[in-house]
Amino acid sequence: MSYTPEMRESIKKVEATRPRRLTETFPLMSSKEKSELLRKFHPDYRPEGFKEIRVGPNKGEKAPNELVEILEGRSHLTPDMLDLSKVDYEADVLIIGGGGAGASAALLARENGAKVILATKLRFGDANTMMAQGGIQAADKPNDSPALHYLDVMGGGGFTNIPELVEALVMDAPSVIKWLESLGVMFDKEPDGTMTTIHGGGTCRKRMHSARDYSGAAIMRALRDEVLSYPEEISILEFSPAIELIMDEEGQVAGAVLLNLETGEHLVVRAKCTILATGGSGRLHYQGYATTNHYGATGDGLVLAYRIGAKLLHQDTMQYHPTGAAYPEQIVGQLVTEKVRGLGAQVVNVDGEQFVYPRETRDAEASAIIRECVERGKGVRTPSGRLGVWLDSPMINIIHGPGTIERRLPAMVRQFKRFGIDITVDPILVYPTLHYQNGGVALRPDGSVPGIPNLYAAGEISGGVHGRNRLMGNSLLEITVFGRRAGRAAALRAREVKLGKLTLSHLDEWNRQLEEAGIETDVISPILLPDYTRKVR
Amino acid sequence: MSMSKKLIPIYIMGKRYEVPPSLTIMKAMEYAGYKLIRGAGCRAGFCGACATVYRTKGDYKLKIGLACQTVVEPEMYIAQIPSFPVERAAYKLDELEPNFQTLVKLYPQLLRCLSCGVCTKSCPQELDVKDYMADAMKGDIASVAQKSFDCIMCGLCAARCPAEEVQQNIAILCQRLYGKYLAPKSKHLEERVREIEEGKFDEEIRKLKEMGVDELRKLYNEREIEPE
Repeated sequence: MSYTPEMRESIKKVEATRPRRLTETFPLMSSKEKSELLRKFHPDYRPEGFKEIRVGPNKGEKAPNELVEILEGRSHLTPDMLDLSKVDYEADVLIIGGGGAGASAALLARENGAKVILATKLRFGDANTMMAQGGIQAADKPNDSPALHYLDVMGGGGFTNIPELVEALVMDAPSVIKWLESLGVMFDKEPDGTMTTIHGGGTCRKRMHSARDYSGAAIMRALRDEVLSYPEEISILEFSPAIELIMDEEGQVAGAVLLNLETGEHLVVRAKCTILATGGSGRLHYQGYATTNHYGATGDGLVLAYRIGAKLLHQDTMQYHPTGAAYPEQIVGQLVTEKVRGLGAQVVNVDGEQFVYPRETRDAEASAIIRECVERGKGVRTPSGRLGVWLDSPMINIIHGPGTIERRLPAMVRQFKRFGIDITVDPILVYPTLHYQNGGVALRPDGSVPGIPNLYAAGEISGGVHGRNRLMGNSLLEITVFGRRAGRAAALRAREVKLGKLTLSHLDEWNRQLEEAGIETDVISPILLPDYTRKVR
Repeated sequence: MSMSKKLIPIYIMGKRYEVPPSLTIMKAMEYAGYKLIRGAGCRAGFCGACATVYRTKGDYKLKIGLACQTVVEPEMYIAQIPSFPVERAAYKLDELEPNFQTLVKLYPQLLRCLSCGVCTKSCPQELDVKDYMADAMKGDIASVAQKSFDCIMCGLCAARCPAEEVQQNIAILCQRLYGKYLAPKSKHLEERVREIEEGKFDEEIRKLKEMGVDELRKLYNEREIEPE
């Protein structure tokens, strides 16, 4: 499964230009160039990929077609299907989602005295957090400051971010790194303890902290193990996704109905506060894109929150990671970490020439690669007909010394070696891949959802932190910062909450709204898992 | 690489299906009609949910792999191990000391390790598990932490271990002990956390928050980029 002779021809050109390129810097694009490029080539600007939402708080606004389908869907339940007086589980704080945000929230809720239930669709820890490779940003070096981090976040997001959320993100960042270390996360360090930090796309300082290229996995493993240390106070329910939020008669959120995926049984959880930490939606495959996301990333929480009136923000923008694997076929769409570029690898076309600065913000970098392949015809074609450009990974060992790739990118080396490609010797063929949901449920800095009593959100499900484009290293930061904030706030709030009689009558209201909007649909949402089974012939 | 028209036979838990030869085990199962609940997670080799044991025809040897990272072979006999009932010792990291006694107290079977090496053979990450278990028996926590770092906790080693070791749990324990207690501390991190607590950046951030987009954009475009 190594490269074909045609691809080898192109690699020869990459090798031939490499010595010259080692001293060449492709210029950063101007703001004007960038906005023109995005308009022409970024998938967010393809009108056929979007439609208007016809019902609910964002009625009249646009969202990707696939997201609109599930937002406008019907519930798995009807109000009279379940006897809500029969409560299966009771908690101060119910957390829906078992990734980094959910785990962080569980720890802080516990610390603040709450009895916690963490319900998750797959196994605890099966989440996009586990797959984050590159790192986590924090302005903790003497030449850096939270203000510079703030500027980078705002600029990266096209100045559409919510300032109070960005403030929370950058000001909490150093203390979150310290917290993660206290939980035993092994960050890359120099022998004297100085954090090893590098640039990411759109950063003005080297503030990307990493744990080899298993940064998210290292964080998730430590968070999970810490949560498992408190079995008395935090109960874990695996393979039990939420299919509907429960309200009480006062209109407060009062828990959720879970579905045991294996037995089909419905479980009623009554909770004083509920935190949605269900992550992103890459498995909806917007515009037909392959995705880096884990199997369960189907936007469940967006649907649940939207149905009870939570407003979405920037729901019309998705992040396409510039460097998804384009070859071999078995791993198409899987992530090739931005850290590869952070360590000095350039992006070059079929002739071995640079066409974009390697660390533009992700939206611009991805658009430039699409332009190179689609408009300029300078992409490399794979046997299955896909296009891609080269990510010149061997440069890293030339720049930083032999062994650097093996030491700092072991996951990437392993990933490609499994399919007969040695990235220390040969470049990697890449093409943009669906990576991240930039927007989501609007929230306050403490993680609470405006207008919906007792509901909180944290992590990729939320909107506003990143504006219209997230920077590398700010998602691992977001899940920990806002997971912690939501966990703390929910635990404190839970002390005061008095719940009334439980009800699902909001589903009648939702059905009425669907009818009023003239929506006829057979989509039942949340969809919980994508269906990849081969259809019956 | 394109999907060959010719299908190959595989056996999923003993049942025969015909699938395209270019697929991974996971995609082959889906092609065969399985809608996976267990045994699928990140689908990219990072989470360890799809630990799989297989054998090929005419060979008695059991092989292992991640279903999302292993391509099917003709006459492959496949079974997944989505869950394995190993013990995680009860502990709180705060209450531990980073030494040999801690490891043995929490996982007494550590001393029963036979150094047979089946764990190393069973690792889809190609880690030398036997080697880091030997380090664990010497109480060299730093070494275990470094050598086991790429462990994805799929648990195939523990599933096959004749001594009932739980290698992946030894690994995470040592990593956490190292990260918390043994790794050198970052002075600049401590300093920055203190500065933020003292409010050193509050005024600057307040100004930025109140700034209009044009002014902010100007600052952004003019900011100095730290050289490589």
